[in-house]
Amino acid sequence: MITRRKMLVLLPAAAVAWKFVLAGTPAEAPGYHPSTPTAGALGTPGYDHSQHWWGMLLDIDKCIGCGSCVRACSNENNVPEGYFRTWVERYHVSGWEQEVPQVDSPNGALNGFPPSKFEGGKNFFVPKMCNHCKDSPCTQVCPVGATLHTPDGVVLVDEKYCLGCRYCIQACPYGCRFLNPTKRTAEKCSLCYHRITKGLTTACCENCPTGARQLVDLKDPNDPIHEYLKTHSVQVLKPHLATGAKAFYHDLDGSVR
Amino acid sequence: MSKFKDAEHLVRLAMAFALVAAVFLLVRAHFIPKSFGQYGHYRGDALAELADKPLHYAGHQTCETCHSDVLELKKAGKHVGVNCESCHGPLARHAEDPASVVPQLPDTAVLCARCHETNLAKPKNFPQVVSAEHSGGVVCKTCHQPHNPLLPQESGKTGGKQS
Repeated sequence: MITRRKMLVLLPAAAVAWKFVLAGTPAEAPGYHPSTPTAGALGTPGYDHSQHWWGMLLDIDKCIGCGSCVRACSNENNVPEGYFRTWVERYHVSGWEQEVPQVDSPNGALNGFPPSKFEGGKNFFVPKMCNHCKDSPCTQVCPVGATLHTPDGVVLVDEKYCLGCRYCIQACPYGCRFLNPTKRTAEKCSLCYHRITKGLTTACCENCPTGARQLVDLKDPNDPIHEYLKTHSVQVLKPHLATGAKAFYHDLDGSVR
Repeated sequence: MSKFKDAEHLVRLAMAFALVAAVFLLVRAHFIPKSFGQYGHYRGDALAELADKPLHYAGHQTCETCHSDVLELKKAGKHVGVNCESCHGPLARHAEDPASVVPQLPDTAVLCARCHETNLAKPKNFPQVVSAEHSGGVVCKTCHQPHNPLLPQESGKTGGKQS
């Protein structure tokens, strides 16, 4: 027997249920198959993003601080002047005080570095970029779904959807994001998504003269990264934050933040 | 029948709910892009848009299809791992239209120093010079051939090729 009380509960429940019925119809969500993304859906024939899992290897021992990567990134991605999607830092660690390294990065190392002032101690360069974290804090805080994690492991910004609220810029523990001063949207390293989906390497890797930066595909069984990870000491930045960072640093000094 | 004497109230209520639900669905359908949720909590079309951005660096494979002679020259020396556009700059437009987009020759006085000027932070085994002492202002390519920079008198030691 339907009572008035039952009716009051059933009507809104039916309304909610109808909403889900509509949401499940093809007109509302075309091709919703999260486990089987369409091959070549990126407008690039032959690219299946379920077959890749991108990351980068950065070799501290090979970096000469020439800034080729920074210039390449700027040119390739039209990075506004004074902002950097990748940059190089120079570290000087004088002794036991690992917590207070001296770090400089004049203009992001766009034009390389002036000679080091410090004799003695440890001096080295550290290229920095988006770590393309598996569990990235920046995508978790985006209120509108404008920062996204692609099925092939790249963290990207949908600039048409970004509101410019800057939450992600504050959330990134690696300081890899900035607000584009003209577009007023968040911007960051895209791991040259327009290149890697076409079978090219990133602009920074293409232009690194010493091979200090290497694009790696962790889903490719033939990628030399697998052998490299087994035989070399490799770390990520800020491992205690459990971001699942995929920028792997070889011979990273403990002082690097 | 007496139990449903207030049925018209319920009908009014139901219509109000239906109206709100309809407005909600219409607004939702209007504002949420069709591809939202295709791969996750974001607009699926964004992937194709981001993958479709123009290239500026053609990539060394493209360069080598025409400039195989330079590749052979580089293979003989230490600069074999340095890709073309690292020194020559972004040249995707040259690769598309070689006749009308002609690249400028880089200035070796600036270019070489970026990598080879002495800096304590550079790896110790990387060849470095203090250019003021090394050449005294003479442009690098006066002596060194940039694609295979080892000088002839040094070439015996490392098997470098003269040019």
